[in-house]
Amino acid sequence: MKADSSAVLTGMHFIDGNEACGEGAIAAGCRFVAGYPITPSTEVVEQIARRFPKIGGMFIQMEDEIASSICFQGAVWAGLKAMTVTSGPGISLMMEHVGLAAITECPSVFVNVQRGGPSTGLPTLPAQQDVMQARWGSHGDYEVIALAPSSPQECFDHVITCFNLAEKYRCPVFFMMDETVGHMLGKVKIPPADEIEVVERVYTKRPPGEYLPYKIYDGDQPEMVRVGMGHRIHSTGLTHDERGYPDMNAEAQDKMVRRLCSKITDHVDEISIAESDQVEGSDVTIVSYGITARVVAYAVDLLREQGLKVGRVRLVTLWPFNEKLIKDVAQNTKAIIVAEMNLGQMVYEVERVVAGKVPVHLIGHAGGAMIELQTIMDKIKEVAS
Amino acid sequence: MSDTPVNPVDGLLRMERMPHIWCGGCGIGTSVNCFARAVDKAGIDHEHLHVVSGIGCTGRVAGYVNVDSFHTTHGRAIPFATGLSLSRPDSKVVVYSGDGDLTAIGGNHFIHAARRNIDMTVICVNNFTYGMTGGQVTPTTPYSAKASTTPYGNYEHTFNLPNLADSCGAQFVARWTVYHVRQLTRSMTKALKIKGFSFIEVIAPCPTLYQRRNKLGDGVMALQYYKDQSTIQNGADTADVGLSFQSDLIVGEFVERENLTFMEGYEKRMKEILGDGFVPYKGAK
Repeated sequence: MKADSSAVLTGMHFIDGNEACGEGAIAAGCRFVAGYPITPSTEVVEQIARRFPKIGGMFIQMEDEIASSICFQGAVWAGLKAMTVTSGPGISLMMEHVGLAAITECPSVFVNVQRGGPSTGLPTLPAQQDVMQARWGSHGDYEVIALAPSSPQECFDHVITCFNLAEKYRCPVFFMMDETVGHMLGKVKIPPADEIEVVERVYTKRPPGEYLPYKIYDGDQPEMVRVGMGHRIHSTGLTHDERGYPDMNAEAQDKMVRRLCSKITDHVDEISIAESDQVEGSDVTIVSYGITARVVAYAVDLLREQGLKVGRVRLVTLWPFNEKLIKDVAQNTKAIIVAEMNLGQMVYEVERVVAGKVPVHLIGHAGGAMIELQTIMDKIKEVAS
Repeated sequence: MSDTPVNPVDGLLRMERMPHIWCGGCGIGTSVNCFARAVDKAGIDHEHLHVVSGIGCTGRVAGYVNVDSFHTTHGRAIPFATGLSLSRPDSKVVVYSGDGDLTAIGGNHFIHAARRNIDMTVICVNNFTYGMTGGQVTPTTPYSAKASTTPYGNYEHTFNLPNLADSCGAQFVARWTVYHVRQLTRSMTKALKIKGFSFIEVIAPCPTLYQRRNKLGDGVMALQYYKDQSTIQNGADTADVGLSFQSDLIVGEFVERENLTFMEGYEKRMKEILGDGFVPYKGAK
């Protein structure tokens, strides 16, 4: 499917990441947004609030983030593509409904324009401190998908990817922006609608009486349904059986939770987006994501000009973690550095996968500013020497 | 067997899920029976009726009604129903939950949905306690009543739910007990036909926890109390209908008004400002 041409602002724009994210959501077919103001994400919902009345969408500013994070799921079950947008304290409040989206298999997009924490922290300054929260923040075992954009262009492009993945895998999908990428102005190319790939929701074609909402018929995803189709579905946050009815025992729990996880972990190759550049034969490879990856790319270019053999990996998909990619890196480089705007989160995941094969170092600080070019260059030189 | 009489409310119930989890003497089932009859009387097609519940004993209602139904998270049935209702303007969305769920953890959502005049009917079964977790105090537990977390009697002030809904702008506000099955059914029928936010408080016994802990006898004794001490006062000022421990109960239809719903207000404003540039939200096609 292609995007709806009446709503897509095709052309070259000079806009910030937040506005680009709003436009990307519109291009992806999102027509319902529930949100609550919070810095530094607010411009996304402001953009949506301006645009939606002109394209038949509905924005509602709810009474808090808890309400926002479940209100949009009501719209999803009605048959819409929908999302919520927030930052630090808001995403903390939303965690229960990340779990609800996971267990009810509701295609859900949570945009998190990250700021420094904990608590109120640094409302106007960036961080990448919510990476592990995105993965583990709600209680229980479940899997999510999370993407991190590095530019305003990617805020447009990859929020569309998020919506497409949400439809395909029926799970919570996080768009892990940060204050800098959200407020950074840049050139954003919005393609013609017929060049934007949009995954439409596929509803079951089985008639009422011959359809169970959580039964696997083909593949490894249940078939989607919306209200009013005559199936009289029941959806619950309780552990449930194929009918969607509560079924609370160890066997049902194990069966359901394993499927919620494997339907994502079995498709890492299809889901994962990453860039890998001159890793083979390098003395050191630096792994980064989001806005940090931009500084890293520049640092790597400058050091290569000086003759250093530096590999570079940029993760666009943070979760599910691409273990194979990092294992390959460990086979082909002598040391790994992870650069991230926190005191070490993704570095643990890299260490786990590398399992001591090569040394793993961290460049990180507690948020509030992008990591300096010089800091990255110094560390690469230190590790490479 | 063909000559087995069919219960008139079977059509609205998921019979394969019976027996339900509610205790003997509990009032929730009675309210559901009234609801099923009201849906029938209101002539609402089951495909266009969606029931949303939160968590708790009354929160299980969504699991027993044979319509598209959602058992959501604790206190958050109303915001889920808001997204659903706005996106399904041709459907009737009913939130069916208990006093703890709707007015403690969900209190913020309750007042804002009423203020916004979202098109939904909220049915609150008020048994003055958290049943599912073993009988703790709620915002409606009367002063001096015992709960597992107020072993020496409740010392907090309580909500007057009809007054709360009224002050937030609800279009229709009624209160009945589960003794008043005909009146309750009539009010539910009316609420289901009203556009905008309607609210019905259903006073119901919890014999297992609230009644027992307060030495009030079984479910039958609760009904006797409702019968003996209820006064019907339609149109009563909701400020005067507050409850205290085993006090007289003022029941009836207290409020009926007509304001713009959220969607009507949205469309009116956007048409005024954007004119032909406004594209109304139709929800899901």
